[in-house]
Amino acid sequence: MKVRLHENKDLLAGLLMVCIGSIAFYMALDYPFGSALRMGPGYFPRVLAGIFVAFGIYVALRGLRTGEMVQGVWGWKALTLITLSFWVFGWLMDRIGLIPSLVVLFFVSAFAGHEFKLKEVIILTTVMIVFAWAVFIYGLGMPYRLFWWD
Amino acid sequence: MEIFNNLIFGFGVALSLQNLIYCFVGVFVGTAIGVLPGVGPLVTIAMLLPITFNLPPIPALIMLSGIYYGSQYGGSTTSILMNLPGETASVVTCIDGYQMARQGRAGPALAIAAISSFFAGCVGTLLIAMFGPPIAEMALKFGAPEYFSLMLMALIAAACLSSGDMVKALAMVVFGLLLGIIGTDVNSGMARYSFGLPELTDGMGFTVVAVGLFAVSEIVKNLESPEKGEVFTSKIKNIMPTFADLKASALPILRGTGIGAFFGTLPGTGPSIASFSAYMLEKKSAKDPSRFGKGAIEGVAGPEAANNAAAQTAFIPTLTLGIPGSGTMALMLGALTIQGIAPGPQVMTAKPDLFWGLIASMWIGNAMLVILNLPLVGMWVQLLKIPYRWLFPSIIMFCAVGNYSINNSAMDLYLVGVMGILGYVLVKLDCPPAPLILGFVLGPLMEENLRRALLISRGDPTVFFTRPISLGFMIAAILILLTMILPAIRKKKVEAIVAGGGDKL
Repeated sequence: MKVRLHENKDLLAGLLMVCIGSIAFYMALDYPFGSALRMGPGYFPRVLAGIFVAFGIYVALRGLRTGEMVQGVWGWKALTLITLSFWVFGWLMDRIGLIPSLVVLFFVSAFAGHEFKLKEVIILTTVMIVFAWAVFIYGLGMPYRLFWWD
Repeated sequence: MEIFNNLIFGFGVALSLQNLIYCFVGVFVGTAIGVLPGVGPLVTIAMLLPITFNLPPIPALIMLSGIYYGSQYGGSTTSILMNLPGETASVVTCIDGYQMARQGRAGPALAIAAISSFFAGCVGTLLIAMFGPPIAEMALKFGAPEYFSLMLMALIAAACLSSGDMVKALAMVVFGLLLGIIGTDVNSGMARYSFGLPELTDGMGFTVVAVGLFAVSEIVKNLESPEKGEVFTSKIKNIMPTFADLKASALPILRGTGIGAFFGTLPGTGPSIASFSAYMLEKKSAKDPSRFGKGAIEGVAGPEAANNAAAQTAFIPTLTLGIPGSGTMALMLGALTIQGIAPGPQVMTAKPDLFWGLIASMWIGNAMLVILNLPLVGMWVQLLKIPYRWLFPSIIMFCAVGNYSINNSAMDLYLVGVMGILGYVLVKLDCPPAPLILGFVLGPLMEENLRRALLISRGDPTVFFTRPISLGFMIAAILILLTMILPAIRKKKVEAIVAGGGDKL
C-alpha cells in the first residue's frame, strides 16, 4: 500500500498541534514566567503550550502507526467562499451600509452551494434582506445605515 | 416551603408578556432546528448568540434555553416519521419509532414521545429547582484550590466521556485554554497573544469562536457532499395513544427520566448517551426483548424521556457552579458572560429573577412544546422540503450581522473567518471542537484560581491534595482518566457510542 502522509489524519492533526503549540510557546517567552508563588503572565501559557506540543507529538506518532486517512473530500471551495463572505461583509459594512453588504454576502456564499440558480438567489436575497431589516433594524434597533447615502 | 415561593416568584418573571414571547420564539426555533437535519442546536445557538447581546439578559437566556430543549423535542418528529434523526440525541428514537410509523402507528409514537418528553422536562426542571440552591450554597464555600480542581475534573471528564478520540479531546481542551489566554492579563496588565491587534487586547470574542468553530465548520462539512434527494411525507391519523400504550410506557418514562437526569449532570455525556442507555435498559428489562426494533413503544418512551431529562439537568452545573458540561452549555454560559453576568454560585443570590425566571420558563416552554409538536406536526414536516442551499446563506447572514453588532467592528468578522478555517480543519482531522470551547470558557477562570491557590499556599502545589474537597475532585479526575485508559472499558465505550450514533454535544 502506498503511504499517503498528506492524508494521514492523526499525523496532520499532530503536526498542526505541534506548530500552534510551538508558536504559542515561542511568543510566551516574551512574558515574564514568575514563580509558582507569584505566577507571571508567562507561566500559564508556557505550561499549556508545552502540554499542547506533547499531545501533538503523541498524536502525530500514533498517526504514523495507525495510518488512518482523512474521511471524505475537503470542501476547500465552500470553505474559501464562506470565509470570504464573512470578510467581505465585514469590510463592506464599514463602508457601504447594510443592504448592499448583505447582497454581496448572499451572492458570495450562495456560490459555495452545489447549485447556483440566479433567480433563486435573487429571491432569497430579497426575502432575507426584508427579514434582516425587520429583525435587526426594526426589531432590535441596531443603528446601521441601510445604504451608503444614509 | 421556600422552593414553592421561589418558583412562584419565577413564574411571576417568566409570565411577563415579553418573556413569554421570547420563550415561544425559542421553543419554536428549537423545534424547527430539531426537525431539520444538518442544523443542530450548537449551530443555531452559536448563530443566535451574538444577537442576544442586544436583548436584556433574562429574555436572552430564556430564548436560548428554549432553543436547546426545544431541539431535543423536535428531533423525535423526523426520527419517527422518516427515520432521519434531526440531531444525535434522537438516533435511538429512530429504531422503534420509525417501525411504529411503518405499522401505521406514527400518531401514538409521536404522542408518547411528546408525553414522555413533557414529563421528563417537568421533572428535570423540578430537580434544578430542588438541587440548584443547595449546590450553589456549597459552592459558595469553595476557595481557589477547590475551584481549580473542580474545573480540572470537569474538563477531563468532558473530554473523556464524550465520544471519539480521548487524546485529541484532551488536546482540544488545552488548545481552548490557550485561546482563552488571548487578551490582557488581569494581574500584570500585559497583552498576551494579541498579535499587535488592539481588538485582541480585550480577548477573542466568545461569539467569534463559537460561530467560527461550530457554524462555519458545520456548513462547510454539509456542503462537501451533494444534497440528498427529496424526502417523502406521510399523513398522520389518530394521534391518541391507546390505554394499553400509556400503561406500557409509564415505567419506561420513569426509568428514562431517572437515567437522563443522572447523565445530564455529568460533564461530557449529555442527551445522546442518556437516550442510548435508556434504550438498552428498556431492552434488557423487557419480558420479550425481541419486540425491540420492531415497533416497541417502550423503545420510544424511555429514550425520549431520557434525552429531555438530560437536557434540563445539564443546566444544574452550569447555573450553580458556573461550569458547563457540554459545548451547548458552554454557549449558554457564554451568553451569561456577554451579558456581563459572572457565572458561578452567586448568580442565584445576585440574580434571583434570572435563575428562577429561567427555571419557570422551562416549565412553560415544555408545555408550549406539547402544543407545538402534536397538532402542528404536519407543518414541521413541510420544513424538510426547504433545500439546504437556501438555509446556509441565511445562517451566514445571522452569524455575520450578529457578530458585527457586538463591537461594530469588521475585525470580529475577519476573526470569524480565521476561526472558521481552523474549525473546519480541526473537524476534518477528527479533533472535536466542543472540548475546545469548554476550555476556552473556563481558561481565564482556571488561570485566576490556579494563581490564587498557589498564592494562598505560598507556592506549594500540594494544596490541591491536602484540602479534602479539592482532593476529592482530584481523585475523581484521576479515576476518570484511569478508567478511560483501561482498554476493556474503552472498548465498551466505543461500542456504546457507535451504536448510539455518537455524541456531538
